[in-house]
Formats: sequence, structure tokens, C-alpha cells
Amino acid sequence: MAGTALRRRLSWQVAPVSAVVPETPSVRTITLDVPDWPGHQAGQHVDIRLTDEDGYVAERSYSIASAPGEPVAITVERLDDGEVSPYLTDELRAGDELELRGPIGGYFVWAPPDGGPLLLLAGGSGIVPLRAILRHRQRTGSAVPARLLYSSRTLADVIYHAELDRPADGVEVIHTLTRQQPPGWTGYARRVDAGLLGEVAWPAAMMPLAYVCGPTSFVETVSQALVQSGYPPERVKTERFGATGGS
Amino acid sequence: MESLDGNAIGGLLYDVFGTEMTAATGICGGCGTSSKVAEFAVYLDAPGTVARCRSCGSVLMVFVKVRETTCVDLRGLASLG
Amino acid sequence: MSPVSRGFHRRHQGPAETAGRVPPGQYLTKDFPVLSAGPTPRTALDRWSFSVGRVGRQKTWNWAEFRALPSQDVTVDIHCVTKWSKLDTAWQGVSVDTLLDLAGHDGPFAMAHCDGGYTTNLPVADLTGGRAWVAYGYDGRPLEPEHGGPARLLVPHLYFWKSAKWVRSLELRDTNDPGFWENYGYHMYGDPWREQRYAGD
Repeated sequence: MAGTALRRRLSWQVAPVSAVVPETPSVRTITLDVPDWPGHQAGQHVDIRLTDEDGYVAERSYSIASAPGEPVAITVERLDDGEVSPYLTDELRAGDELELRGPIGGYFVWAPPDGGPLLLLAGGSGIVPLRAILRHRQRTGSAVPARLLYSSRTLADVIYHAELDRPADGVEVIHTLTRQQPPGWTGYARRVDAGLLGEVAWPAAMMPLAYVCGPTSFVETVSQALVQSGYPPERVKTERFGATGGS
Repeated sequence: MESLDGNAIGGLLYDVFGTEMTAATGICGGCGTSSKVAEFAVYLDAPGTVARCRSCGSVLMVFVKVRETTCVDLRGLASLG
Repeated sequence: MSPVSRGFHRRHQGPAETAGRVPPGQYLTKDFPVLSAGPTPRTALDRWSFSVGRVGRQKTWNWAEFRALPSQDVTVDIHCVTKWSKLDTAWQGVSVDTLLDLAGHDGPFAMAHCDGGYTTNLPVADLTGGRAWVAYGYDGRPLEPEHGGPARLLVPHLYFWKSAKWVRSLELRDTNDPGFWENYGYHMYGDPWREQRYAGD
């Protein structure tokens, strides 16, 4: 099965939605039952295409939230002025069909042979591909040490909260809440900056592998700070979701 | 408008090249900087998709969908592979 | 056609009273989408200038001089080649007729040059007769950088890629040479009512 992946066509296909699950008030995870799915790597994404009755087409990309071997799932954040995301979070339901193509991507991917230690840096919905990486790490029994720094506006905005509160062995999860913190919060309470990274990131001397994902401004700030702290640029992988994380 | 990066055009690149391209290395014809296609600064949603060098801003790749055909111009790249 | 996604609708404005104002293949929008081929230039007003004319014989105005020229308030419909149309947009700017008169115009064609390197080509005939402006105000406020400020070309009877953002000069020429998008396959003229999106349309 592994050898067939390289030369296949990347074709659009239709798949039924098997579940739509709320993660936060504005975020849903949509699980699909994709016929003949060729498998995927942790960090890859799919393109989704919506067509209305007049033939108008809207296309967006979403990171795959599930690990290789699990059913394909995407996690979508509703943007109030978005054209596609409100449909996916509020209208789509189990039994509907979604047109997609994938998996796509070969740069922002991780598998155990890539090693570590892993530094995963998520801004908002940037957590999605990093969660797939963590799930893959756990499912393969990898012992690569991993640290996740996850920036969210408030505690209610933390996606996969329960899952991240029970990290696998060898995984540390550090949150920062940038807009509002619950009473008694002792964690970080500001946007990720060089100082915060200095306290959380693996030292550069350990030759860590970093994955940074989120809005463009988050990715720019964090990746530049890591490189300035000594991380070789080729050990800092980036994926930008744009100022509003797509729509 | 802030740019995305080459990850966002993975599907488009697959259409044009027939294979995964985001991990390929491109050399800017303007300044000689070498980077992964995934690291290019990408501007979507224009009348076409434009990928620029993150170092000097030169245009590296332009994709235009003319009716049902995607046309690609790579003249801004000194090499791609 | 792809299967219809149950319950999905594009965003759209109202119906009947807009009939006849929307070119073929276009959808109405209430938003003002920002499309760009590159980063937003940010030119300081004390370094901004605008020029009109043939290379070597251009008339140039600085910001203060340009703002002192007679200006007009116009309300026009705009049509983007990416299929959105926006009706009744309000602009303030200097008519290109005024600029060409002051520059002593000649040359059948013009190439608009912009900060960031964008270019687009137009016949001078389409820049005159009250059909084109260099606009520095939108909706009663100074034009925002993401929409082309300090000033952009405004030529509403053609697809909006011809209304070049961050415009700095109109270079008059004898030949109709392709600008940025025209070079990559877009139509040399771009009449939305004849749906001239791509070369050969």
C-alpha cells in the first residue's frame, strides 16, 4: 500500500460526513467516511469545495485533525464574516456529503523517524495539524520528547481541551491565554514573545525540530524569535493560516 | 493583506506539477535566496495566485486559471527541484 | 458541475432593483474584498508623487500639489474579474481628463505604474471623457492602504484589475503593451459587459 501513494492523481471526491462534534462554541470537528482514502501523514491538509445551486464554487483548505490510521477529520473555526466556515460549523450535519481532495502537503509533516525533541507552537486554530502530530506520536508509541506551546484568546477557546489536559507520556502542554484568564490562573497571560519562548522552548543545542502554525503574524513572530535564539532555519517549519485563519 | 505560504497552494501545485511540491527547493531569480516552496510568500485570491521570495519580494511563480486550464509562469525562479 | 452542497449559499445582496447593473457572470457583494498580488506598499505622503506623460517628458505633482487640483466626488459600480460586483461605491479624486490636460497629453496608450511594481495597460481613450480618476478618497475617508491608498486609479467601466492600486504614474506610449495580469493571460482591454476576462475572450 505504501508504494502506491506517489503517483496517484489528486482528485476531487465526495465523502459522507459521519459526525460533527463541537470543540468550543465556535469550533467543530467534522469526521468523514472517505471511500478508498489512501492514508495521510500527520500535518497534511485537505481542500474542501462547496457548490451552490447556481454553480458558485468556494474552496478552502483545512488541516487534517486526525492521525494516520484514524478516519479523516477536519476542525473548523467559525469566522463571523466567513463565507465557508459558518456553513461547515452551523449547517453541515452527519449524512451530508462534502467534496474534498487530499491528502496534500509534504513539508509540514512529522513522523517518528524525523525525530526531535519536538517543539510545537500553535496560535489559535493552528493547533489542528499539531494535534494530528501528537496523536500520531502517541499511536506509534514514539518516545520523542514533545512540548506544545498553545496560544488562545481565552480558556473557552482552547480546542481539544480535555485531550490536551491528559497528554501522553513525554508530552508537555503549556498554554498562554492572551485576552482573558480565569480566576486563579497561574499560567502565561500574554502573546508569545521572545521572553516566553526563552522559558518554554527546548534549548537550540538540543537540535529540536519546531513546527509553528497559526495566523501569519503569530508564525512570523515565533519563527523569527526561534531562529534568533539559535534554531537553524531548516529546523523551524511554518504553516500560516492568514490573519483570520481562513474563512 | 498578509500573505500565506506555499503550504496553502499544495493542491494547486499538485494540479500543475502532478506531484507534491511544497517540500521542493526554489532559488529566487532575483536575489539567489534558496528556500522551500512551502516557505514562499503566497498571495491568494488575486486575479491569480502569486508566490514571492520572502527575502526580496520578487515574483517567483504566478498561477492563473484561464477558463478550465491553470497556467503557470515560473520565470521568476532560477531553479526549482 | 460538482454536486451541490446542501444548504450552502454564497453571500449576496438584493434582487430586482439591481438588474441591469450587474454584468454577466458577476455576483453582488456588500463587502469590499481585498485582492493583492503582493504586500501592501506604505508610501509616506512626503515621498509620494504622481506623474503623467511620456518617459522623459512627464508632469509631476507632489501630494500637496495633487490635492490642490480640482477634484470630483463620484459614485460608481465596480466589477472585479474574480466575479464580485459592488454597486454605488463613493470616491473622491482627480479626473484623468484634468491630469492629461495639464500634462499636455498625447499617445494612444498608457501604462499605469504602481508602488510594489504592479502595472496595467489602458487605451488613453478609456481614461478620458469623464471615465477615469486618480482617487484618494473612498466612502468619505482617505483611501486605506489595503484598498490602494494613498491613491489608486479608478476606471469603473473596465474590470477592476485595471483600477491600479498604489498608482504613481501614467506613462503614455505608442504601443499597447501588456501590464502585470495581462502578461499572465488576462484580457488586454477587460470590458465586463462583454465578459472580457482572459486573452481571447
